[in-house]
Amino acid sequence: MRRAYIEIDVERCKGCGLCINACPQRIIRFSDKFNSKGYHPAEQYDPDEKCPGCGFCYMMCPDTCITVFKAVQPVR
Amino acid sequence: MEFTAVYKMPDSLSKKPFTYCPGCHHGIVHRLVAEVIDELGIREKTIIVAPVGCSVFAYEFFNTDGTVAPHGRATAVATGMKRARPDLVVFTYQGDGDLAAIGTAETIHTANRGERVTTIFINNAIYGMTGGQMAPTTLLGMKTTTSPYGRSPEREGYPVHMCEILKELKGVAFLARTKVTTPKDVLTTKKYIKKAFLAQTKDIGYGLVEVLSTCPTNWGMPPIKAMQWLEQNMVVEYPLGVFVDKVGEEK
Ligand SMILES: Cc1ncc(C[n+]2csc(CCOP(=O)(O)OP(=O)(O)O)c2C)c(N)n1
Ligand code: SF4
Ligand code: SF4
Ligand code: SF4
Ligand SMILES: [Mg+2]
Repeated sequence: MRRAYIEIDVERCKGCGLCINACPQRIIRFSDKFNSKGYHPAEQYDPDEKCPGCGFCYMMCPDTCITVFKAVQPVR
Repeated sequence: MEFTAVYKMPDSLSKKPFTYCPGCHHGIVHRLVAEVIDELGIREKTIIVAPVGCSVFAYEFFNTDGTVAPHGRATAVATGMKRARPDLVVFTYQGDGDLAAIGTAETIHTANRGERVTTIFINNAIYGMTGGQMAPTTLLGMKTTTSPYGRSPEREGYPVHMCEILKELKGVAFLARTKVTTPKDVLTTKKYIKKAFLAQTKDIGYGLVEVLSTCPTNWGMPPIKAMQWLEQNMVVEYPLGVFVDKVGEEK
């Protein structure tokens, strides 16, 4: 069951890759799409629901694009 | 399943998109300062004094009062504000050109007077805004537009270590050098920034945090390579750590 996920404000994103570099689960990648600034924004790709909500991506994002959501009830 | 936001944009940021280049560490440090202001509950009484440099518009990015000082004069402006309104929290946000070149006198004397203000010092070893000229903090051998063959000590002198100079001044209450290349660093830096604000709010003295930061654009490197370069070169020249701590641990 999904424990956590992230949302990325794609319009703020500048495609620097610092979040991708910081993610221990390797579940962030660049989107094929462009945002209006012309960058390929980051997106979470987590089909196996591995994200524990560690926040590393948020901590490293220089443009405050990332919000991390965690399940209110801890999943066993 | 119900979810709640555990890491999100701090209230003390204005939400305006930053004007910094992709991967530039200025943005990480802005967010950390805003998180600290949120946690201390001082947003309504905090004033930022922005510098001249890439962060010249920093006052636009914080959801606080703010102004911008002439190049190098941020701590002088902050001194005036704080003395006129000691009930407010005043901080400066300055680059290495601003703080350690044109503003050296203001920096040293503000620290020496123990002004109850806080300084966030971004050391990226270069003049970012103006296109990559040599800064006092530029490393030996480092190529910039004004040291095209690499900085040589005979021609341009040695890299200036501001923390090591300032630590001798009695007015300093908190002083540390840090970096933000890993999540662990980010947490450490936030702790230091909080202490530099507490030095002021607890009326102990001057607080300054130097953050070794990347300038991918003027270093001519992609953002992640710039972080590796920082680790391998800047940290060697500029040792990390706490130089002065009269604030102590939080209860
Ligand atoms: C009195 C004065 N002299 C020179 C300048 C030109 N100038 C603008 S920004 C800057 C240096 C910026 O470098 P730094 O403080 O390291 O900030 P960064 O852009 O690297 O964050 C200089 C020399 C100026 N604006 N005013
Ligand atoms: S919260 Fe942690 S695991 Fe989840 S995407 Fe961000 S860095 Fe990766
Ligand atoms: S760290 Fe932020 S700006 Fe950089 S790619 Fe990730 S979401 Fe985009
Ligand atoms: S020029 Fe350098 S310091 Fe300025 S915003 Fe770009 S990367 Fe950051
Ligand atoms: Mg600089």
